[in-house]
Amino acid sequence: MSVLVWIEQSNNQAVPSSWETLGKARELADALGTELAAVVMGAETAATAAAAGQYGADVVYAIASPLLAEYRLSAYVAGLEKAVQGAGATVLLASATTRGRELSAAVACRLDAGIAPDATDLRIEGGKLAAVRPVYSNNLLVDITFDGDLQVASVRPRSFPMPVAGDAKAAVKELDLGLGEDDIAEKILDVQPSDGAGVDLADARIVVAAGRGVVEDPEKGFALVSDLAAAMGAAVGASRAAVDAGFVPYRYQVGQTGKTVRPDVYFAVGISGAIQHMAGMSGSKVIVAINRDADAPIFERAAYGVVGDLYEILPALTAELKKRLG
Amino acid sequence: MKVAVLIKQTPDTAELPKVSAQEVQSGAVKATMVINPWDEYAAEEAIQLGDRYGADSVAITMGASTATDALKHALAMGIGEAKLIDSSGVSGDMWTTASILAAAVRAEGDVDLVITGKQSVDENSSSVFIGVACKLGFPLAANVVRIVEIAGGRITVERIADGVQETVSLPLPAVISVGKEINDPRFPSFMGIRKANRASIPVVSAAGLDAGELVKRTNWTNIRKPDEKTEACVIFDGATAAEKAAKLVDALVSDKVL
Ligand SMILES: Cc1cc2nc3c(=O)[nH]c(=O)nc-3n(C[C@H](O)[C@H](O)[C@H](O)COP(=O)(O)OP(=O)(O)OC[C@H]3O[C@@H](n4cnc5c(N)ncnc54)[C@H](O)[C@@H]3O)c2cc1C
Ligand SMILES: Nc1ncnc2c1ncn2[C@@H]1O[C@H](COP(=O)(O)O)[C@@H](O)[C@H]1O
Repeated sequence: MSVLVWIEQSNNQAVPSSWETLGKARELADALGTELAAVVMGAETAATAAAAGQYGADVVYAIASPLLAEYRLSAYVAGLEKAVQGAGATVLLASATTRGRELSAAVACRLDAGIAPDATDLRIEGGKLAAVRPVYSNNLLVDITFDGDLQVASVRPRSFPMPVAGDAKAAVKELDLGLGEDDIAEKILDVQPSDGAGVDLADARIVVAAGRGVVEDPEKGFALVSDLAAAMGAAVGASRAAVDAGFVPYRYQVGQTGKTVRPDVYFAVGISGAIQHMAGMSGSKVIVAINRDADAPIFERAAYGVVGDLYEILPALTAELKKRLG
Repeated sequence: MKVAVLIKQTPDTAELPKVSAQEVQSGAVKATMVINPWDEYAAEEAIQLGDRYGADSVAITMGASTATDALKHALAMGIGEAKLIDSSGVSGDMWTTASILAAAVRAEGDVDLVITGKQSVDENSSSVFIGVACKLGFPLAANVVRIVEIAGGRITVERIADGVQETVSLPLPAVISVGKEINDPRFPSFMGIRKANRASIPVVSAAGLDAGELVKRTNWTNIRKPDEKTEACVIFDGATAAEKAAKLVDALVSDKVL
């Protein structure tokens, strides 16, 4: 028996939210009294496998193969299945990145196991995993309990704190992927970065998002938003109204039909607070609303608010932060 | 070529906050039901494949008998045929749904491509298409933003995942889920609506499909509203923008969130 965590790599580097999941998995494994295993796949695995030990894994399965250089679902499914078997896993976890969500679900389905996708909390109950997940677009929460031997969950980034790396070492066991190129259905023809530079929204500790409120001068508005974000190392987001108006590309959109974020602080700048926007950011720890309409619905959900013109408030706020944060 | 589009009927997003835990528990959700917004992109793409490749399209929904409205929307948009899989008597999880939908696709005969939405706005699992691909044994490309080409028994698509856009080629038959960058779903035309209203939509009982043994591996318990914020918003006043900004930064610093 063991708790197994997939440590995702991007360009042979661990994706940070995988460590959050591994940190929580340590607690779960201790509660179950089982071993904590990690699995690393890719063209190269050594550095991440070593780091997994430092972040708490007792044993690390490494599957290194040139066939895994690019993420391909069917090849990664095959690898992860081998690791589940090798580790005798009864709990399988992955960070709920796009890939983590699909890979964990595909393996769960193949192994006839239940899954809690995009869970925001995990615990052990009666010797089994139980997960909390938001449903109905963050309007309801549900506890997922499992029947069956293997229990699988993907874990929404920023649900658990980043563990502290120690100097422990884990035993690294190499596994053979056992596939040839001809066994893999998908052929990758090209890979391009899709997000521009800047902090990734899903992982961001702070998000500054702007809406239709910047309409008078969208270019200046988003420049002020970027300045504020840069002063705090924050990611920039937007409402759908701002995206639909063409102020910024769709990848910035937060909400029901955009990204889900759960930062420590979410600045909603010139955003009214529509239900569909709230669906993507209501999990934020502190919501700050900056809006010139004191009756905007966003103030009902915000912890802090400033009523005023964003073109005046944002520069003042950036100046103040620079003064404090140096 | 034949394309199957999987469409779910879900609550109108504006009414999601009003859906109560009890309604979900009992299965009697009172909200206005519409076609899942993400699935309009799937339907639109199937219609466009009709124009590009002469593909025939069929929309399939598993749901209550009232879920025909979502199918009518798809027909009104221009989808060729529709089928309702009546789910009464079925209790299960997303793998149960996936098994039944996979069986419904199989029952259509030679389907080359299954197109689904990216997520349902009620269950939010983004897993049903993974299960359908798994049960059918088809390869999967999720979050497709463009179908580049269908030729020589393969489909080439662009998909977005975690900061990269990949161009991937898959052998057919395959399953794809589509993201909203892929197209702009059309509004049903007046003629389309008339035609859809006259169409009779075949209803197949889930039990009548060859879906294999249906197992349920997960249970939903303790459905509840998230904790509502109880404290009122603290508004920072001041004579100048700088004064307001300073008070806000003070609060954030003392909360240790900056
Ligand atoms: C199916 C569906 C899915 C949707 N998905 C999403 C989604 O994913 N994300 C999303 O955001 N929306 C989504 N929406 C749209 C949503 O309903 C709202 O229309 C949208 O969020 C409004 O964006 P906004 O707040 O920027 O614009 P508005 O509602 O127009 O608000 C603009 C705000 O800016 C303020 N303002 C104006 N000028 C200034 C100024 N100079 N200084 C300060 N404040 C100012 C105004 O007081 C107002 O409160 C969806 C809708 C539907 C039907
Ligand atoms: N009951 C259903 N009937 C038809 N299609 C469905 C059903 N449930 C889910 N789907 C499809 O699977 C996608 C993902 O749904 P979900 O896994 O619930 O987030 C949806 O966008 C639909 O295309």
